[in-house]
Amino acid sequence: MWAWFHKWSSPRWFYQLSGRLLPWLAVISAVCLLVGVAWGLLYVPPDYKQGNSFRIIYIHVPAAAVAMAGYMMMAIAGAISLVWRIKLADMVVKCAAPIGAALTFLALVTGAIWGKPTWGTWWVWDARITSVLVLFFLYIGIIALYEAFENKEAAGRACAILALVGAVNIPIIYWSVEWWYSLHQPASISFTGESSIHPSMLRPLMLTITGFYAFFGVALLMFVRNEILDRERNTRWVRELVTAAAR
Amino acid sequence: MYFDSVSALLQMDGHGSYVWSAYGITALTLIALLVAPLQRKKRQLRELRAHYRREQA
Repeated sequence: MWAWFHKWSSPRWFYQLSGRLLPWLAVISAVCLLVGVAWGLLYVPPDYKQGNSFRIIYIHVPAAAVAMAGYMMMAIAGAISLVWRIKLADMVVKCAAPIGAALTFLALVTGAIWGKPTWGTWWVWDARITSVLVLFFLYIGIIALYEAFENKEAAGRACAILALVGAVNIPIIYWSVEWWYSLHQPASISFTGESSIHPSMLRPLMLTITGFYAFFGVALLMFVRNEILDRERNTRWVRELVTAAAR
Repeated sequence: MYFDSVSALLQMDGHGSYVWSAYGITALTLIALLVAPLQRKKRQLRELRAHYRREQA
């Protein structure tokens, strides 16, 4: 277990493994997104109440789901970096923040665009929407906090703490639609019972959710690999890698 | 295919502008998330190569 943990946390090993993993993840993400989006836009019949505006679901729900799951992953990486002082975990926290912020931005914007024809308003201070806005500010806060420190080790620790503290927001987002029921509808997909969404609408949604998760993986690996090259620039393996690539 | 024509697909019974703008913004954002690290990597490789050359000299 410990040997595995150490191997995984070695930047060099992670760089090599992620390089092999990346093309596969990229293919999975591209196929799931393209097929899921084409299916959702072209073939699924419109919702009997919302008409065609419901097609925004195929990007809105995945963006929101991955923004939340990405935050949890970032908070766990923060805990690992605080407890075991693992460089790689620190890099993951730093790199996940901009990707998570972009996905949260998408969840908010696509939600607003969906809200206009459906609820008659772009924005409402509903509990779900407000807590997702807080998620967006948490991501932005981590980016800003990292930039605010001259000492990058202290910056990493501060960001890890902020990521951990902010994790309370995730269960709040998750249950907000049950606790303070207002405009935003509760979850339609259930893992324990029957989903309240028709299978013909659900199948492409499952594809785009998978596609967004894989996309998050692709983007995160790309960001982290750049970070590794930057921080390990004085090691022999990075020097060999870079000079070999030049030839 | 649910829609009869390309114009029906674009209009989506009046919801076209909402649906297509949401998908457009999403596509641009996702592409930006891929282009940013690709460009950074290019820049980094250039800088590192210069850095190593300076060290050797």
